[in-house]
Amino acid sequence: MSHIVDTMFPPEAEDRGGAATPLLAVNGLVKHFKAKNAVVRAVDGVDFHVAKGETLGIVGESGCGKSTIARLIMQIIAPDSGTLLFDGEPVGSAALPLGDFRKKVQMVFQDSYASLNPRMTVEDTIAFGPRVHGLSHKAAVTRAHDLLHRVGLEPSRFAGRYPHEISGGQRQRINIARGLSLEPRLLILDEAVSALDKSVEAQVLNLLLDLKDEFGLTYIFISHDLNVVRFMSDRVMVMYLGKVAEIGSSEPIFKKPRHPYTEALLASMPSMDPDNRTQEAPITGDPPNPINPPPGCRFHTRCKFVSAICANAEPVLHDVGGGQSAACHLANPQSGHPRLAAAA
Amino acid sequence: MPIVEVKNLTVDFGPKSKPVRAVAGVDLHLAKGETLALLGESGSGKSVTLRSLMRLHPKSARTGGSMQVDERDVLAMPYGDLARYRGSIVSMIFQDPGLALDPVYRVGDQIAEAVVRHEGTSFKQGRARALELFERVRIPSPERRLDNYPHEMSGGMRQRAMIALALACNPKVLLADEPTTALDATVQIQVLLLLRELQRELGLAVIFVTHDIGVAVEVADRIAVMYAGKIIEEGPCADVIRAPSHPYTKGLLASRADHSFEKGARLTAIPGTPPDLATLPPGCAFAPRCAVVLDACRNSTPPPALISRHHFARCIRSEPAAARQATV
Repeated sequence: MSHIVDTMFPPEAEDRGGAATPLLAVNGLVKHFKAKNAVVRAVDGVDFHVAKGETLGIVGESGCGKSTIARLIMQIIAPDSGTLLFDGEPVGSAALPLGDFRKKVQMVFQDSYASLNPRMTVEDTIAFGPRVHGLSHKAAVTRAHDLLHRVGLEPSRFAGRYPHEISGGQRQRINIARGLSLEPRLLILDEAVSALDKSVEAQVLNLLLDLKDEFGLTYIFISHDLNVVRFMSDRVMVMYLGKVAEIGSSEPIFKKPRHPYTEALLASMPSMDPDNRTQEAPITGDPPNPINPPPGCRFHTRCKFVSAICANAEPVLHDVGGGQSAACHLANPQSGHPRLAAAA
Repeated sequence: MPIVEVKNLTVDFGPKSKPVRAVAGVDLHLAKGETLALLGESGSGKSVTLRSLMRLHPKSARTGGSMQVDERDVLAMPYGDLARYRGSIVSMIFQDPGLALDPVYRVGDQIAEAVVRHEGTSFKQGRARALELFERVRIPSPERRLDNYPHEMSGGMRQRAMIALALACNPKVLLADEPTTALDATVQIQVLLLLRELQRELGLAVIFVTHDIGVAVEVADRIAVMYAGKIIEEGPCADVIRAPSHPYTKGLLASRADHSFEKGARLTAIPGTPPDLATLPPGCAFAPRCAVVLDACRNSTPPPALISRHHFARCIRSEPAAARQATV
């Protein structure tokens, strides 16, 4: 695809900050939605970064804020506070105007049908973005055909079709092709494979891995399916009610979670062993409402290790080594949680 | 005598000139107190099979074959009998309790109404039964929750309320159509454990439709895998999971992301897409996607081949477990 890079992004514009600068750094991100007589604390002070070339998985249950974060990064909605640095440049600054940023970050949504214009052909859908950003009609169509080919759809068969004429898995491939049409550096996948049948899901996951290598992409992969997140991600961020519960390298988190919520989430996955079924639910009740989140640690109302300190003091992310941090008093030896004293 | 016996069930939708065969010859049997998982992807016919047992299809649908439930002929049942049959012999829970419950009535009243209608009790007795059921499905502060409208409950609680409603008239068979798919992981496992416990304590026969193998393993005694309107493999849960015989079942198990934790590895995916039911190939419906397809597969649908006791697959290549061991 080198001819396309030449026409749109001169190579020197890429990778300004060098390999050590995170591609995306998010600091103090807050988004509260005003409802009738209430405030939904959807995202309530979140910091994280995504390194170049890695996949950051975001997991959590409904209402934890994972999709709101995706929308905030995409600038679909404006944050109440917080900053975004893209390759070291503040988003929206003179160095990185919003229009330029939007070319570099693209998103694929869960509902493959709702996210396509039903009155545009597959070819027009993919060529639309590049045309808006200044490519000639002919060059944009060439690019659309090239991308169709890359996502495994024969352009001669699919370019002229409408979204309702193709299957869900194929539509999601179109959405991915459209996401890539502006040569982004960061692709946000918000439950992008969740609506697909299992046999098709595996194909799309493989495609995403191949495209990542081919185009040198960085992914933010949001999903409620922990198996899929584990398979895709280098690092994982676990969210609970608008806060980060735990973040770090994928394998340590899946092998030895340090936040009781992460542990419960992992233990809630159905067992695949008929002789060793789950006997007891790891936690009871539903996630509380983000309108009035519990004080202190937001998980304390469902946590089996709860003590007085958890309701009073909010734990901050504490580095537990191995690139893993957990926002739990038990992860911080200085927190004064009674279980730590008992264990010592 | 099985409590549910389905023979050669077919369901056609659409105009007679261009029918879409959603269920193409399903045989099922279920003993009292047994749980069967119907596993399949969208369009495989699993939900249509389930709905047939309640006769919930629109009038335009054409149903063939026979269905016996608790020694009643479901297809021959006149409408009056059908109303008595639904709820008190067979009841059903759905994926979205928000749609299945009436939004403008209090949940407790909806349960009481069902009890009054089916058992002829007073409304007060109905409410007492509703309270008992709410305690049974472990809804916290049940007295207060009976007066809730559905939108005042969380997703997990609404699903518990719907289970309570389904159990209101002591059915013998419970049909569950993806009841935990819309729930969060930590809530899903709670509801699965509740269903397992109720099934055991009440001796219910359960047919549980799901697309999630993990969920099927948690609840089922037996698993039936559906593809393009047919059961292509069926057997005891452990046999199907540990020794799948049909290439589709094997592919489904292999394409799970949790099977390969190796970073950078590719998943073993089944190629292609599930077939269009209106234009099915003549032979085995899975043949166009099958990695080990033979010429014969494209000609006729293979009959069920017995692999081991109670475990069969509709695949030409399937061999009895004994023979397979002998060749190794």
